[in-house]
Amino acid sequence: MKSLNFQLSNIQSRSILVVFLLLVAFAPMIMPVYQITLMNYIGLYALVVLGLVLLTGVGGMTSFGQAAFVGLGSYTSAYLTATQQLPSWLEWASGSPWLALLAGLILTGLVALLLGAMTLRLSGHYLPLGTIAWGISIYYLFGTLSSLGGHSGISGLPAIELFGLTLDKGEKIFYLIWVVLLAAIWLVQNLLNSREGRAIRALKGGQLMAESMGVNTFRSKLVAFVISALLAAISGWLYAHNQRFVNPSPFGLTMGIDYLFMALIGGISSVWGALLGAGVLTMMKQWLQDWLPVLFGSDGQYDHIVFGLLIVFMMQRSPGGLWPILMKWAPVAFKPKRDLLAGTDASPELARRTLPNSGDLILEARNVTRKFGGLVANNEMSLQVHAGEILALIGPNGAGKSTMFNQLSAVDTPTSGEVLFQGKSLSGSNSREVAKMGMSRTFQHVKLLPTMTVLENVAIGAHLRGENGVVRSSLHMERLQEGSLLKEAARQLERVGLGDYLNEEAGSLALGQQRILEIARALCADPCLLLLDEPAAGLRYLEKQALAELLTRLRGEGMAILLVEHDMDFVMGLVDRIVVMEFGQKIAEGLPEEIQTNPAVLEAYLGGAD
Amino acid sequence: MNFQIAVLLGQDGVTNGAIYALLALSIILVFTVTRILLIPLGEFVTFGALTMASFQAGEPTALMWVLLGLTLLDSALDAWAMRERGFDTRKLQIIGLKLGYAAGLVILMHSLTLDQIPMFAQALLTMLLLVPIGPVMYRIFFQPIASAQPLVLLIVSIAVHVAMVGVGLLLFGPEGARTQPFTDTALSLGPVMLKSQTLWVILVSIILIVSLFLAFERTLYGKALRATAVNRMGARLMGISPDFAGKATFALAAFIGVSSGILIAPITTLYFDSGFIISLKGFVGAIIGGLVSYPVAAIGAVAVGMVEAFSMFWASAYKEIIVFTLIIPFLLWRSLTSHHVEDDE
Repeated sequence: MKSLNFQLSNIQSRSILVVFLLLVAFAPMIMPVYQITLMNYIGLYALVVLGLVLLTGVGGMTSFGQAAFVGLGSYTSAYLTATQQLPSWLEWASGSPWLALLAGLILTGLVALLLGAMTLRLSGHYLPLGTIAWGISIYYLFGTLSSLGGHSGISGLPAIELFGLTLDKGEKIFYLIWVVLLAAIWLVQNLLNSREGRAIRALKGGQLMAESMGVNTFRSKLVAFVISALLAAISGWLYAHNQRFVNPSPFGLTMGIDYLFMALIGGISSVWGALLGAGVLTMMKQWLQDWLPVLFGSDGQYDHIVFGLLIVFMMQRSPGGLWPILMKWAPVAFKPKRDLLAGTDASPELARRTLPNSGDLILEARNVTRKFGGLVANNEMSLQVHAGEILALIGPNGAGKSTMFNQLSAVDTPTSGEVLFQGKSLSGSNSREVAKMGMSRTFQHVKLLPTMTVLENVAIGAHLRGENGVVRSSLHMERLQEGSLLKEAARQLERVGLGDYLNEEAGSLALGQQRILEIARALCADPCLLLLDEPAAGLRYLEKQALAELLTRLRGEGMAILLVEHDMDFVMGLVDRIVVMEFGQKIAEGLPEEIQTNPAVLEAYLGGAD
Repeated sequence: MNFQIAVLLGQDGVTNGAIYALLALSIILVFTVTRILLIPLGEFVTFGALTMASFQAGEPTALMWVLLGLTLLDSALDAWAMRERGFDTRKLQIIGLKLGYAAGLVILMHSLTLDQIPMFAQALLTMLLLVPIGPVMYRIFFQPIASAQPLVLLIVSIAVHVAMVGVGLLLFGPEGARTQPFTDTALSLGPVMLKSQTLWVILVSIILIVSLFLAFERTLYGKALRATAVNRMGARLMGISPDFAGKATFALAAFIGVSSGILIAPITTLYFDSGFIISLKGFVGAIIGGLVSYPVAAIGAVAVGMVEAFSMFWASAYKEIIVFTLIIPFLLWRSLTSHHVEDDE
């Protein structure tokens, strides 16, 4: 096995980070007040945009409503610290910005949970439209509630006090803003490089796969949504105590759109893109507002026109934003390397499932019928798979194999009949529960996350074998177990023969290798039943041989394997028994030799054997 | 609330609802054909209303220069595309025609005394100025990314909206405007007073909806657009150009948007940035119709108008909150009943 060490970035890119941190640390001493104010705004915006990177860039959920969460953080603090007569049940939080922050986070968290529970189930276009809807509602609420001062807002907020210091000036709160921002970037980056983070990264384009690996995708969506809302609320709290007054205008939809624009311009899939986007947009806005009216006369929102057109241009030419372009131009030595190697030798092995005894009945379909309207895709199908056995399901195109596969893996529910897995009926179970019970699968059309590394893709398979949550992951308190998960993923990749590709992007592999990767991912879940959907398609001769050897070895260990396959040479030399389907029905079942001479099968494949 | 107030509110509700219905229909039309959620539709409404108002104030609008500029850009893009695909006399003629049209409008605007011509002519001129911006907008902003993911299209759509609001402020200034009503008479039906503009709005909306229906059911071009909506690839194989379909729907949407603007200009004071909220209410209707069903969307849009009018009476401060919160259950219902696998985006 390869040398196992953990290395996130090399020396050069780390030195850039150090220079950047030093610049930030000394900025207030060398920069004029005006620039510091701008830097403060950049920091506040970047905090919100960081949440959007997590939510939209990584998780694939577009939100135009973040400004409303900023407003919740701001208004909670403003109300609690600057209202003269608080209702008695809120008096405990009166006057202290820190208690108000706590209250603001709790409130925002609750509101985000509620809104998330309602809107994150929305598919496609409906989600962004939903965020626009509640974004507007919350904004109007700020201007309407009289206890929040209506459109004139609330003034007279106290400054934040920290270690006896009163942060009443821009250059003092500067440090708080930037420390919070950098801490948030660190936490989010940690989260993304963890078990929970991989689940969030799978949301964009891999939900079906993630669910069948045991990831609760709705929960992952909610996690990303709540974190992004909390980051926005913290930004709002800092904003309110920096300005010392709040009114509704910075929390409207216009600002929500601006936040998304910042994320898009900076580079929506990188945490540093958040900072870049907030910086570029804020500086440009300032510059445009200073200069364009001088050139073209006053009262125009030139910055809006320019930003609008800029986004259009960007989407047409470089939808990834500025950060990827910057990274492309950067000298190789300065590029952050993300070699995430597989734990250490010291990482403990993961516990393994005890496999059933060879010959035990693992999976049984009893008279499964599935109708789509008038079409009977599966008619009274029955089959059995035993431990230590490879069963092949074959049949001509359109015979109903894929439908049957979906019934067996609990992706779909039979119209009548039932599927039993280890003696338990699967009716009413979803693919997540089935994964937990020890069934693992691959997909006919390869489903992997092309921009993640091979190792990370396979580690998703081990999702259910770890249990560290969001908080421990963000603080990097789960490194021991994370090491074990990655070590297991590396072990499975070695086993299937992809050990040399651990840190390649999964999308760069050849199709055949991608199929093998899916098998490694399925094995990573430590299953007792493997369902393989056309595993040999697209493989070269030698790769097929290697795959056959692997499957034979797994069978020897007591694994039950069911495969749907077209490649007859591959099937005949490998499997123990074959079930043949045509027109949704079973037409033959038996040993490979029997099937090869079965007249019904010959008729189905060759159209009559006279 | 007594009967008279209810009738008054109902009138407002139906008037607004009719406008929202028109917008909802064009939103669905554009969405089904191009997969674009046309957020800038609202700007066509406000631009239409404000252009009418500036005509009536006797001020020529700088809009013609915007049209001329966009047409130049559009022609330049077409010429550039021709450089790659080879010389084409017919395309060159079309470019010449488009440029001639825009230049002709500029000359026409300068030679007319805008506040002296009849209102019908003012409305026609507004149409001539604004409707071509629809297809040109599609050509410049959307056609290059016509096959991109729906969310990219949505973001571009919002970006175009943001830019157009900025342009709106430049063209029309921050003041709101209202135009003269089409006719001054009021109709009394027993104890009920009907404002004539209300009747105009309802009448024109119905005419537009019916003629849209006929155009789509009975004409070859309408059928072609419907075919594109059902299956883009299939339509393309049948020789229907997706570029043409996109431009045609944008022209139709611009036409409906501008008509709505001209219709409501005498009733409501519109500002350069009023368009967003108006088109969002159209969206609420469209979403109730699942972004597919025209009749359900139309009913939904009228319901939005009604809810809005009646919440004006009971809780006027909460009007927008009520309307926009109402959409969430519908969104939920729609996305739970429509089955599609997210992975295939």
